[in-house]
Amino acid sequence: MSQPRNPYFTSLRCRECGRDYPKEAVHVCEYDFGPLEAAYDYDAIRTVLTRHEIEARPPTMWRYRELLPLDGEPTVGLQTGFTPLVPAPRLARRLGLTGDLFIKNDAVNFPTLSFKDRVVAVALSRAKELGLETVACASTGNLANSVAANAAASGLNCLVFIPQDLERGKVVGSLIFGARVIGIRGSYDIVNRLCSEIAGKYGWGFVNVNLRPYYAEGSKTVGYEICEQLGWRAPQHTVICMASGSLLTKVHKAYSEFAKLGLITPGTGSIHGAQAAGCGPIVDAMKLGRETVKPVAKPNTIVKSLAIGTPADGYYAIRVMKETGGTAEAATDPEAIAGIELLAETTGIFAETAGGVTVACAKKLIASGAIPRDESVVLCITGNGLKTIEAVTDAVGEPEIIGGSLREFDEQILARGTGAAATV
Amino acid sequence: MSTSIRIPTPLRKLTNGAEIVQADGANVGELLTSLDAKFPGLRERICDEAGQVRRFVNVYLNDEDIRFLNEQATAVKTGDEISIVPAIAGG
Repeated sequence: MSQPRNPYFTSLRCRECGRDYPKEAVHVCEYDFGPLEAAYDYDAIRTVLTRHEIEARPPTMWRYRELLPLDGEPTVGLQTGFTPLVPAPRLARRLGLTGDLFIKNDAVNFPTLSFKDRVVAVALSRAKELGLETVACASTGNLANSVAANAAASGLNCLVFIPQDLERGKVVGSLIFGARVIGIRGSYDIVNRLCSEIAGKYGWGFVNVNLRPYYAEGSKTVGYEICEQLGWRAPQHTVICMASGSLLTKVHKAYSEFAKLGLITPGTGSIHGAQAAGCGPIVDAMKLGRETVKPVAKPNTIVKSLAIGTPADGYYAIRVMKETGGTAEAATDPEAIAGIELLAETTGIFAETAGGVTVACAKKLIASGAIPRDESVVLCITGNGLKTIEAVTDAVGEPEIIGGSLREFDEQILARGTGAAATV
Repeated sequence: MSTSIRIPTPLRKLTNGAEIVQADGANVGELLTSLDAKFPGLRERICDEAGQVRRFVNVYLNDEDIRFLNEQATAVKTGDEISIVPAIAGG
């Protein structure tokens, strides 16, 4: 390989049995099918990665590159990450929270407005290192958008596989980049199974199948950024939506790694998971006190980005929530819509349906006391509302239409007042 | 009665590279036993020490996960296809 070897990224390692594997396009252990995960030499990283060093680097996810699984320099998604951590005092008041509340706003991530740009930046950079020319994914929409966009920018062949009934914004948001978009008649879990079989047969780089060990590590950068943006500490509570549960486990890994490296004081805070009530297998298992996730055969929710009935990382997400004193909560579709509206009206951030679930579940966790009212909270908003406008179109109503005369404005608009948001 | 079983990439070293193999049995458990006789060691990769299908393996009868059916007691008939698929994917 012509790329310089990254001395910090040592191997892929089975999370179950600890066997090491070479850094190739493989994702499960041959012995127990456990997930393979990137392993690092933290002692070596500790000698080079200081707060001062990180702060001197450009504001992208690559400022933490020693903790990402590439051999050489990144080549895809160089501008991705370092999204705003937005103080949300007006939302805090509405939720009855006196502690600090922040929104980690990946709705404005680059280039495709979701946290998936992070994982794709890593997966496609690694795909290029491995010499792969065709990349693909199974997706509920956001991942497909990001794989399609980044593949287009990199000149890679691209196929994305999605359930055929996704929101229009997410379908067009893949087609525009010239990718082959394959809609499957069936749920995401059926798409995922097909992709596992295709990946095995053709050897393409499926970012969330055979490239999954690389892909998943990209999610850690959400956690690194939160710590740095909070002034080098983890929040007391982090609320994260769960589809496969991967993001939640990787944010926890990020906090743990930063603590291990001495970049933050030890302690990850409590990590709470949020799902849609119409597809909440991880929440159900948590509430029943089980470690085994019972798959949901037929997800039924408008929150399509979280509609994964067989969550790959459900088991590990449960372990993280339990170990950190976190909890799991579910939101109905109407609660998710109300969550989108509440977030928008109090922070100016328009989240997709999954963000509505996160806000709605945070509201429940604060009301129940699972999150004490005087503690600090970060809500991870992972995708942009402009991609799922179908969900809120009825709720927001229609604009007030008038002609262009001042008389009509005075009589029909001003007579009804100047708006409600400022009174919150 | 012979049934086709689709073998995932990580297990093909045990099937001499074969993607699809045949095995006999009236239910999924019997098929796995028959498979192990042909390809020694295969069953322990798929099932844990207690004999249960491992946490990170999905076994499908045609299009249905056997966890939604009758687990290893799920009956199979002529023409059915079994797929063994790693569970860790997606998201």
